[in-house]
Amino acid sequence: MTGKTLYDKIWDAHRVADDANGETILYIDLHLIHEVTTPQAFAGLKAAGRPVRRPDRTLAVADHNVPTENQAAGTGAVTDAEARLQLQTLERNVAAAGIEFFPMGDIRNGIVHVVGPEQGRSQPGMTIVCGDSHTSTHGAFGALAHGIGTSEVEHVLATQTLRQRKAKNMLVWVEGTPGPGVGAKDYALALIGMIGTGGGTGSVIEYAGPAIEALSMEGRMTLCNMTIEAGAKAGLIAPDAKTFDYMRGRPAAPKGAAWEAAMTYWTALYSDKDAVFDREIRIDAAALTPLVTWGTSPQDVVPVSGHVPDPKDAPNAERASQIQRALDYMGLTGGQAINEARIDRVFIGSCTNSRIEDLRAAANVARGRKVADHVRAMVVPGSGLVREQAESEGLDLVLIAAGFDWREPGCSMCLGMNPDKLAPGERCASTSNRNFEGRQGPGGRTHLMSPAMAAAAAIAGHLIDVRDLPPLDAETKEA
Amino acid sequence: MKPFTRLDARAAPLDIANIDTDQIIPARYLKTVERTGLGKGLFAAMRYEADGTPKPDFVLNRPDYQGAGILIAGDNFGCGSSREHAPWALEDFGIRCVIATSFADIFYNNCFNNGLLPIVLPVDDVRSLMDEAKGGNHVFSVDLEARTVTLPSGRVVSFNLDAGRQEKLVKGLDAIGETLQHVSSIDAFEQQRLQTQPWVAK
Ligand code: SF4
Repeated sequence: MTGKTLYDKIWDAHRVADDANGETILYIDLHLIHEVTTPQAFAGLKAAGRPVRRPDRTLAVADHNVPTENQAAGTGAVTDAEARLQLQTLERNVAAAGIEFFPMGDIRNGIVHVVGPEQGRSQPGMTIVCGDSHTSTHGAFGALAHGIGTSEVEHVLATQTLRQRKAKNMLVWVEGTPGPGVGAKDYALALIGMIGTGGGTGSVIEYAGPAIEALSMEGRMTLCNMTIEAGAKAGLIAPDAKTFDYMRGRPAAPKGAAWEAAMTYWTALYSDKDAVFDREIRIDAAALTPLVTWGTSPQDVVPVSGHVPDPKDAPNAERASQIQRALDYMGLTGGQAINEARIDRVFIGSCTNSRIEDLRAAANVARGRKVADHVRAMVVPGSGLVREQAESEGLDLVLIAAGFDWREPGCSMCLGMNPDKLAPGERCASTSNRNFEGRQGPGGRTHLMSPAMAAAAAIAGHLIDVRDLPPLDAETKEA
Repeated sequence: MKPFTRLDARAAPLDIANIDTDQIIPARYLKTVERTGLGKGLFAAMRYEADGTPKPDFVLNRPDYQGAGILIAGDNFGCGSSREHAPWALEDFGIRCVIATSFADIFYNNCFNNGLLPIVLPVDDVRSLMDEAKGGNHVFSVDLEARTVTLPSGRVVSFNLDAGRQEKLVKGLDAIGETLQHVSSIDAFEQQRLQTQPWVAK
């Protein structure tokens, strides 16, 4: 008998029953909820007279709709009436059901995928779901974590289970030592560029290899976060000493004897040597340079030193028209150097890149420099606790001195549904995860990249290779 | 949930690959606590000018596609955000069936919880459907029990669908009600969890 993958192991450990119609009823250990994808689910429960089965296995935050300033004033002060109603509906629903909730303005609140791990709620071996596709983030802990729709949110609230079909196993092996300016965001973009946004459809991706082991937990979260952009169901990384170090002492992490028992279980969470994957991809981190997107799909990836594709060189007419459509939307010309793209806005934040390491990387580039005059740049920490940590390290002062706007936590300009959005035609260097048409606001143009690259673009006023802007204090030391 | 058995309707061709759920329904329309009324935001960026007037060229705005109940689209339809507002918006607009060469996983699942039928067909079939939908007569008929699509020309194309999912649509099943029939298994699972993984089960 062949061995099991990490996904197989977690799947098997959560099977409650197999239904006659081919679906497995899978137990859910942690259900994260937020204001946008839950009101209809709670309304459905109420209409059917069904209670929330496990409020203690559920955690709520307010993140998508919240303005990124003046949060202490509470939801009552949110000016957009629809957003306010949605936020207040969440407050009412979680209070009625007895679900733990970090309201807007609470230092523990923030983007759901930053908060879960930060609180120690996301743990190895768990099944984790949320009405948000970037739930794949939590796979960085060796948990099976994925996004669900609102009907499924209602299903999990009512039953603490989900009806699922088993996905395929895919391995992404990353080896080699990355050069300067290259990291987790580039691995993610490289993979999506290689296999496309539908490349992972129907699969769970496990990331492994020396370059994955070398990543910090923040980097692993960035990579697992972007897995959904490759179309995969979830991303997974086997837990190791870094995972356990990150977990230890977090508010919801097990303590004392429970910690020891958990460790025994967690250390057995890996793919067996003889496990068989349906598909394997290899990436050489040493061969990568900093990447950016040029188009309107996360698969439209190009090295920052490269050129935008020319529809003339497309393999067929269909692809040529796709490229042309993206170029028109982005206001670019086929064949032009991507670093000529002059930007108006910079957004450093989102569940992809708003953790402490991301803010440090941005501050390292910004230190001693100034944001270009024509650029409006904002930094949005992923949670109140990340913000506090950054301030204790003085990162806020570095960024503010350089001309960045230092905001309060939330999804912010990742999705164009709260006050932070692009105006039509504005071009943005963004650390978020989606460059879809209109994603950051109707008509907005998004280039995805790492936090260091986005900070560099803010300084230069156009897309630029971060390696051309080495940290200033390092230069001084060399001199 | 409304059962789905048969659908005779106009089919609108939307010949674009990778239509993401942000395009199907932009985030600004998601600030609702209702499931209904989302049809007005369906394909908003493609459908309306900046001032809100309809773009005459967009397929669903064209007179001969009024009341379309079927959409024929390119690869990887519904990628991106998990928002169930995407199927809600399609349904609210009147679309009950989407035909494409492939769908993103979450969108595909969401369809079955909303009485919306996603049909996967090989690229050649989708091409010929697209061509006929672009022609003068574009009333198609979808028979879920027979798993066939009949084109205006009379040609019949068969599609595959998992039997469990088919049943769910045909009967309009309530998934939660079905799962709650297994409640004793869920109770037993939680009890066992309490023993083996007390740190999770607390
Ligand atoms: S930051 Fe963006 S991608 Fe992440 S949860 Fe918020 S809206 Fe979704």
